[in-house]
This record gives sequence, structure tokens and C-alpha cells, in this order.
Amino acid sequence: MIYLDNLATTQPDPRVLAAAEPYYREMFGNPHSADHYMGWQAGKAVDTARAHVATLIGAEPREIVFTSGATEANNLAIKGAARFAGLCGPRRIVTLATEHKCVLETVRDLGAEGFEPVILPVRPDGLADLDALEAALRIPTLLVSIMAANNETGVLQDISAIASLANRAGALFHTDMAQAAGKIPIDVTASGIHLASLSAHKLYGPKGIGALYVRRRPRVRLKPLFSGGGQERGLRSGTIPTPLAAGFGEACRLASLELAQEAARAALLRDRLILRLQSRIPALVQTIATPPQLPGALSLRFPHAGAMDLIAACAKNLCISAGSACTSAEIAPSHVLTAMGLSAEQASRTLRLGIGRFTSAVDIDQAADLLADAHQRLAHLRHAETPA
Amino acid sequence: MDARTSDFIYLDANATEPLRPEARAAVLAALDITGNPSSIHAAGRAAWNILETARKTVATHFAAKPEDVVFTSGGTEANATAIAGLAPGRHVLVGATEHDAVRAPAHRLAHTVLPVLPTGQIDLAALKAALASHPKTLVCLMLANNETGILHPIAEAAALCHAHGALLHVDAVQAAGRIPCEAPSLGADSLAVSGHKLGGPKGAGALILTAATQHLVSLIQGGGQERGRRGGTPGLPAIAGFAAALKAATGGTHLAPLRDRLEAAAIASGAIVCGAGPRLPNTTCLARPGQRADTQVIKLDLAGIAVSAGAACSSGKVASSHVLMAMGLTELAGCAIRISLPWNASDTDIDRFLQAYRAPRQTMEAA
Repeated sequence: MIYLDNLATTQPDPRVLAAAEPYYREMFGNPHSADHYMGWQAGKAVDTARAHVATLIGAEPREIVFTSGATEANNLAIKGAARFAGLCGPRRIVTLATEHKCVLETVRDLGAEGFEPVILPVRPDGLADLDALEAALRIPTLLVSIMAANNETGVLQDISAIASLANRAGALFHTDMAQAAGKIPIDVTASGIHLASLSAHKLYGPKGIGALYVRRRPRVRLKPLFSGGGQERGLRSGTIPTPLAAGFGEACRLASLELAQEAARAALLRDRLILRLQSRIPALVQTIATPPQLPGALSLRFPHAGAMDLIAACAKNLCISAGSACTSAEIAPSHVLTAMGLSAEQASRTLRLGIGRFTSAVDIDQAADLLADAHQRLAHLRHAETPA
Repeated sequence: MDARTSDFIYLDANATEPLRPEARAAVLAALDITGNPSSIHAAGRAAWNILETARKTVATHFAAKPEDVVFTSGGTEANATAIAGLAPGRHVLVGATEHDAVRAPAHRLAHTVLPVLPTGQIDLAALKAALASHPKTLVCLMLANNETGILHPIAEAAALCHAHGALLHVDAVQAAGRIPCEAPSLGADSLAVSGHKLGGPKGAGALILTAATQHLVSLIQGGGQERGRRGGTPGLPAIAGFAAALKAATGGTHLAPLRDRLEAAAIASGAIVCGAGPRLPNTTCLARPGQRADTQVIKLDLAGIAVSAGAACSSGKVASSHVLMAMGLTELAGCAIRISLPWNASDTDIDRFLQAYRAPRQTMEAA
């Protein structure tokens, strides 16, 4: 089975599993138990993991709040910042039409709490229109939330430019880095980012953990999503899952070390896949025709076959998707692609491919052949069904 | 492996239980599945199968419907989801000895604290009076207390709640896996559970709903997972381990004789047991008048024994236990330690504990 759905989730790296494993065995203490050695031992593992996560994005360990994943981190960042600020100051929350569903839903729902959601369109190339953003920010704004890399197309927003627009307008800037972290170099401090969400399972870590970067200087204040034992300096209560944290930390450490080399490798494999596919299907269209794009990401529109039919035709050998995993079973066209101006029909012919750390050149060649063969068969069928 | 860890006597199960081997196997197997359970391809379906099998196991254990099991990141999130998602339009009645995961969210809302009796159990007369004076309420009670192990009369409380049209949310984090916790027999309208308190891995828990709590508003939005009740890619390895642990957890009755032996010996050497009602089989809260709790736990730690002076999340805080204070044990609150036996506790563990516990102070200091 060839796995090319690395934007949905990634296979945990064996080194990540090795780092997590002792905490699934004898080192099982509660990291918040201050009364005994077993607790301190687990607490130390969490501290180490926190430092690795911080290093990956150029933050300080104290700026990392562990969550159950990027969805929770996005909820905490957006609701937390809005609810802490309250309704006395600016109420405007600006985001993009191509954000992940959890950001869009969160921003929209804050409308019911008295905030003003503003969902900006994107340009046909998937990028934020910076002039439109600047115009939107002329009205005092509480928060701007724009993702670093899109989960369906892999398009990379100019985060530094967006951050400086937000900063100039006096707004907080949050970025969902679930797809970008570990794949492209990021420095939250240098970029002027206030809040950033991460997910472990998108960067070869385990599912069930993520983090929110919360800038300390000057300090960004949030209201917690939920309260309890007061862990994570009161921002996120609940026992930190030590093994998952250790795995996440190791995944970040590996990403820091291997990012450049891996990005180059993924880009080579991507080019190889496109070339091979184009040689068989000349009318193939790349959704993101010109970079910047996440190194391993591909969004491809096939001329004569639907994405769901292609997925089904290759299902025995190939794991690919039509878009976001959360909405895999939905029939509705992708909100990301339609926001870029694609018709529902065009969107229905678009596949998302994600090349990862464990994808080989052989996988790429086989996947290209499988897809091209399936496309040919489906095109014939379609042609036969269509009355002349 | 760490030399100190291997011979440590671990008696702090209410902070976290050692991972059961069945749970470890399930976690490691799930870590090998690459797919996202929401993806429709083969890898996704493999992940989805693990998720839904786990959901059925959890549902069966709590006598709930699989579609009413909402997986969360743990007990805190499960409790917070229930309270935030069920409280709108209702006055919250919250027990005085609840865990902070219930107290903190409840105390942010319009609420009334329900007192407990000196036994540690909820005062049912006070509950009845509070129900009568508020038209619509959400009642939050724990099944078993994390510090004393005291069991609240949930079935009686449920009858009162339902007679008054109240919803009853039960925090079963300490009880699940140790005593029977079927939602219908408890009369709970929702139930919060944590995986790592029953021998599963940290990072998974569940909120169990019933017909009365279908209207729950989600706390974490996005993606539409868990039938729209909890957004985010489910933490599959921890969920798989949680279900496996639940299957392996056959109750804690085997721990009662060990606990009772420990307790009897401790009482003989001058300790006082905090909480006189029915209790979890694995927990005892022992006070030693005149000896500070933190001094006791440090000495035991140096002897290689892990116990605690209170809830793990508030460990290290100097404040006296709100649980013991609410029970009227003002004098004892600063000198009580919690001993909670894990599922794999042995007679030798009890012997080693008693040896250290009964040793004269100077000997313990020398250790």
C-alpha cells in the first residue's frame, strides 16, 4: 500500500516511538505529581519535550502550551484571545475563506458572542490579498487568524508580511501552523507572530497532542477554553500525556535537524510525480501553478475523471484523498478550492497528494502509473457513456 | 531504564495508574496505523475500525449507546465539556469535595456548593433543598472522591435530581474500572471518564451521554468529528489503549484486603482514617496528627515509596485539601496523605510501605 495522504496524517517516525515508549512502561508517573520521584521523572520528560517544540519554531519553552492537537490549539487561540479581550475594545476577527474548518467555525461562532467575524476571499492563486487585508484592518481589529500552509493545496501564505500588517494595525496575529511546522523554516519571534498552533501527527509524531505558542514578551493574554487543575499555567487544565509529549518533542527535534534535507527530498519527489503524470496526462492542472507551496504537497485537477472515482479505482494500492480528512465523506465541493474560484465540477476532479518522509521514489513512480492507468480507464468509460 | 524506577513502590494510583499490558499492546498497535480515522482510504478505514471498536467497548462498559460516547483528551476535558455544554439556562449545583476539573468550571457559572456530611458523602437533604429552590439545575457530583475514595450515593441523588427535572453529571474518573459504573444504574445523565486512571494511557477519556443530554453544545469546534460534539483528529493510540484497559479492568475488589491490612496496621501505629463512608477498594486517606503531610511524603519518597499529599494537579501547592476541610477535618487536613493502590499492587508493596511508615522518625530521616 502506497501512502500519499501525508497532509491528513503521517506515520509516526520509529525514533518518535522509541522516545515515547519508556513512558508507556516503567516511567508512567503523573507529570504533575510533585510528591515523588516518579512524578518528577515524568515532569522532566515533559520539560524536555517542551524545549524541543519551542526550538522548532524559535520560541521559548515557557511560550509552549500543550493541547490535545491543533484543533484545540486553534479553538484556544481564537476563543481565548477574543474572550479575554471582551467586547470593550475592537471586536473584529479577520480570517481567510480557505482556513481549516475548525478556524472558520470558531470565528463564525464568535459572532454569536458579539464579535465581528470577517472572512476575506483569497486570490485565484490561493494567497491572501494583502491589499484587501490591509483595507479590512483599517477598522480596528482584535485578531487576525491566517494559516501558514493550506491543508488542501499546500499553498504558503506570506506569514511575515501578514504578521506585520496585523502588528501595524494593533491586532493580534494567530497562525495555524499544523501543516507548516517541521516542513518549512519558521521563527515565530522574528516573524512577529503572537499565537501559533501545532499538531504532532502532521509531523511524524503521535495523534492526540499538539501545542499553542503564546508569546510572552509582550505577553499575549488568553482566557482558557476550560479550567480544572490549572496545568499549563492555567491555560490548559488536564494531565499532560507524557508519552505523547515525549513523542511530539522528539518529532520536533528530528524536524529541526532534518527539515532542509527533507524539504529538498520532498520537492524532488513531487517534481518526479508531476513529470511522470504529465507525460501520460498532458492536460493535468496543478491547483497551485506557481510556488510558494509546501514541499510535499500537491493538488491536481484531472481532465477526464472525478477525484472520488480515482480514489476508488486506486483504493487497493494507494491512499490518497480529495481534500481535508475531516470532510472526506462529504459530497459538498471543497470550500478551499471554490474560494480560489474553481467551479464545483472542477473541484470534484481535484485530488490532494501529500508526499512524506517515508515516501520512496518507487512509491512515486507506482502511484503515478496507478493514477494514470485509472484515469485512462475512467476517461474511456466517461467517453463511452456520453452520447455522441 | 532508570535504576530508581525499577524498585519504586508505587502507591499513587489515583494520580495515574500504571499502564496495563493489554493497554500497552493496543497503544503500540494503534501507533502503527498511519491513517486518519476520518479518511476514506484503506489506512483511514483501518484507523476508523480501531476508533469504532474502542467506542463500542467503552459504550458496553458504561451501558451506553456507542453514538453517545464522545472521546476527549481526558477526564478534565470530559468534565469541562459536560459542564459548559449542559449548563446554559441552568443553575449549577456542585458538591463541595469535587475535583478541580469540576469545581473550576462550575464555580465560573451561577452555582451553589452542596455540603458533604462528616463521612465525606454528599448531604442529600441539602441537595433536596437546593433542587427545590432553583427551577432548572445541572447537578455535578463525583462517584468516588480522588483524595478519600469516598463513594457518593449517586443513585439516591439521581432520583432526587430527576424528580426535580434536574440533569445529573457524574464525574466517574476515579470510580471507572474499580467499581461498576453503568450510567443507567447510576441514574447519571452524563458521565466523565479518564483512561489513565484505569490503567490506560494518558491522553484519552470520554464523556458518556444519555437520551437526556443529546443537546450538549461542543467545547472544541471544528472538523465535525465525534458527531459534531468534539472537533479534532481523535487521539487514536490513547483511545485504543483506554478501551483495552477498560476491557482488562475487572474491578478493584482484589485490592480491598490489601488496603484494609495497610489501614489496620497504620491505625495501630496512630493514624486516623479520613472519611467514614463506603469507599473505593484501593484508596485510604491517612492522617497522622502533628506530622505535616509534605514531610511524610518526602520521607516516603526517600524510602522509595510514591504516595501523595493530595490531588496530583495541585501537588506542590501549599493550600490544605478542600476535600478534608469540607468534611470538617480542619485539624487533620494538613497532616493527611493519600495512599491509592494500583491495579497491580502486591502484598510486598504493603509490607514495604508499612515498614517505612511505621519506622520511627529518626530512622526515616536516616534512610
